[in-house]
Amino acid sequence: MLTAAPSMDTVVTPEADALLELRGDPSFATRNRLAMRDVAQGTRLLRLAWTLAWLDIRLRYRGSMLGPLWLTLSTGIMVGALGYLYAGIFHTDIHDYLPYLALSLVLWGFLGSVVSESCSAFTESEGIVRAVRMPFFLFAARLLIRNVIVLAHNVLVIVVVFTVFRVWPSWFALLAIPGLLLWAIDSLAVVLLLGTFCARFRDILPIVSSVMQIAFFMTPVIWKPEQLGSAQALLWLNPFFDLLEIVRAPLLGAVPIVHHLWLGAGVFSVAIWALAWFLFARVRGRIAFWL
Amino acid sequence: MGTPCIQIEGVSVLFPLYHGNARSLKKTVMAAASGRLGKDRQHRVVVQALRDVSFTLGGGDRLGLIGSNGAGKTTLLRTLAGIYEPVIGRVRVQGTVSALLDSTLGMNMELTGRENIMLRGLYNGLPRPALPRLEDDVAEFAGLGDFLDLPVRIYSAGMVVRLGFALATAIRPEILLMDEWILAGDAEFLERARHRLETMVRSAEILVLSTHDMSTLKAWCSRALWLDQGHLRLDGSPDSVADAYLGLTPQPAVVALAD
Repeated sequence: MLTAAPSMDTVVTPEADALLELRGDPSFATRNRLAMRDVAQGTRLLRLAWTLAWLDIRLRYRGSMLGPLWLTLSTGIMVGALGYLYAGIFHTDIHDYLPYLALSLVLWGFLGSVVSESCSAFTESEGIVRAVRMPFFLFAARLLIRNVIVLAHNVLVIVVVFTVFRVWPSWFALLAIPGLLLWAIDSLAVVLLLGTFCARFRDILPIVSSVMQIAFFMTPVIWKPEQLGSAQALLWLNPFFDLLEIVRAPLLGAVPIVHHLWLGAGVFSVAIWALAWFLFARVRGRIAFWL
Repeated sequence: MGTPCIQIEGVSVLFPLYHGNARSLKKTVMAAASGRLGKDRQHRVVVQALRDVSFTLGGGDRLGLIGSNGAGKTTLLRTLAGIYEPVIGRVRVQGTVSALLDSTLGMNMELTGRENIMLRGLYNGLPRPALPRLEDDVAEFAGLGDFLDLPVRIYSAGMVVRLGFALATAIRPEILLMDEWILAGDAEFLERARHRLETMVRSAEILVLSTHDMSTLKAWCSRALWLDQGHLRLDGSPDSVADAYLGLTPQPAVVALAD
C-alpha cells in the first residue's frame, strides 16, 4: 500500500526547523520563559495577526454596501446627536464643544472596545487554539490591530468635525504619539489579563461591561474636567482619565503636558502589565483546557 | 537542524471539567468566602486523560494509536501537537508538525473557503509565496468551483469534508498527527483521495495515526500503542497489539454500533 516513491506534485512544505519542548509542572521561572517565548513567537506572526484582524472587520460588515464605513457613519451620527443635545444641556458653545466631544468619543470608543473585546479574545478563537499550537499573544495582537483599524475609520469623524469648526491642531498634537503608543502596550496587557481570566470564569464579561459603563460616565468624555470645579484636582486618580488625557490634550492643543497625568498613566500601565504577566505566565499552559 | 523526532517521558495530562458553579467567578468567590460552603468549593472533576505515558519515535516511524473511545488518543495527539501542555513529564518534538484532528481543522465557518485556505497556510507557517500554490492545489482537488468564494457555513457536510481533506493533505509536514476522521467520507471521494493521502503519509518522516480500524493499522503503521484509560497498556508491532486488543476487548453488538 505504501510502496511507491512519493510523488512531488503537490508538495507544500512548512518552512523552518521547529522544536517544541515542554516540561510538566514547571517553576515560575520556566513558565515565565515559556510566556516570553509566547510573546516573541506571537510578535513574529504579526502578518497573520494583521490578516485575522482585517478578516474580522470584513466579516462584520460583509454584505453591507458601505462596508467598514458604517463605523464612521454611526460614530458621526452619535457625535452629532450627542453634541447638540449636551451643548444644550451644559449651555456651552457648540463650536467649542463638538470638536471636544468628537475627539473624546472616538478615543473612548477605542479604549472601551479594547477592554470589552478582551474578554472574548481567547474564547472566540477556540477553534484555532484546539486545532494547532499558536502563541496566545497572536490573539492579543489581532485584537489590538482590529481596534486600530476601527479607530482609523473613526478618525474621519474627527477630521470632518475639526474641519467644519475650523479647529486646527498645533504642533503639540505630535505629543499624542507617545500616549497612543502607551495605549497599544496597555491594550496587549489588558487582553492577556482579561482574555485569560474570562476563559476560566465565564461571568466576567457582564462585570467588565458594567465597570466600563460606569467608567464612561465617571471619566470626562462627554463632560469637561473644568465642570467639576474643585474636585477636578482628584480626577487624575481615575486611570482612564490619565490615559485619555495624555492623548486628548495634545490633540486639542491644550498643552502644557501635565506631569501627574503621565505619572498616573505610567503607574497604571506598570500595574496592569505586572498583573497581566503574573496571571498569564502562571496559567498560559492551562488556557487550552479551559476553552 | 536535527532529524525529526518525538520524545515523550512520563507524560500525564489532567483535564479539568468545569461545570455549573466552577465556571462562575461569583460562585467561586462566594464559596471561598463562606466557610460553610468551603468543602464544596472545588466543583471540578479532574479527568486524568493521560497517565505516565512514555515513548520515543524517530525518523521513519509510523505509530498507530488504538483504544476505546475516551482512552486518550486524541489527547495524546493534541499533546504531541503542543496544544495541550503536560502537567507532569516531558514532551520534546523536533520538526514541523501538522495536526489533522477533525475535519474542520479550526476553519472559521463564516469565512469563505479561499480565506480559510490562506489562514491554514499561515497557521502552518508556510512562506507567503507558497500560499497561491496551496490555494490552487486545494481548489483543484476539492473541486468546489465557485463555492470557494462563499462562506463555509453554507457548504454541505460533504463539501466541508472535501475542503478539509484537500487542505489537510496539501501541506507536507515532517511530523503528521492524524485522527481517523480523514479516513471517513463517501466511498467515491475516498477512492480519489486515497492516492493523495498515501503520498502525504509517505512523505512525512513520522506518522502518528489514531484509528479504530485494525486493517488500516496493520497496513500503515510499523508500531502500535494501545491506550486504555490514559495508560499505555501495550506497545509493540501492529499485529501483536491488534490481536491483544481484539482478544481482550469483548465485542458485543453495542460496541460495533457505537463505532
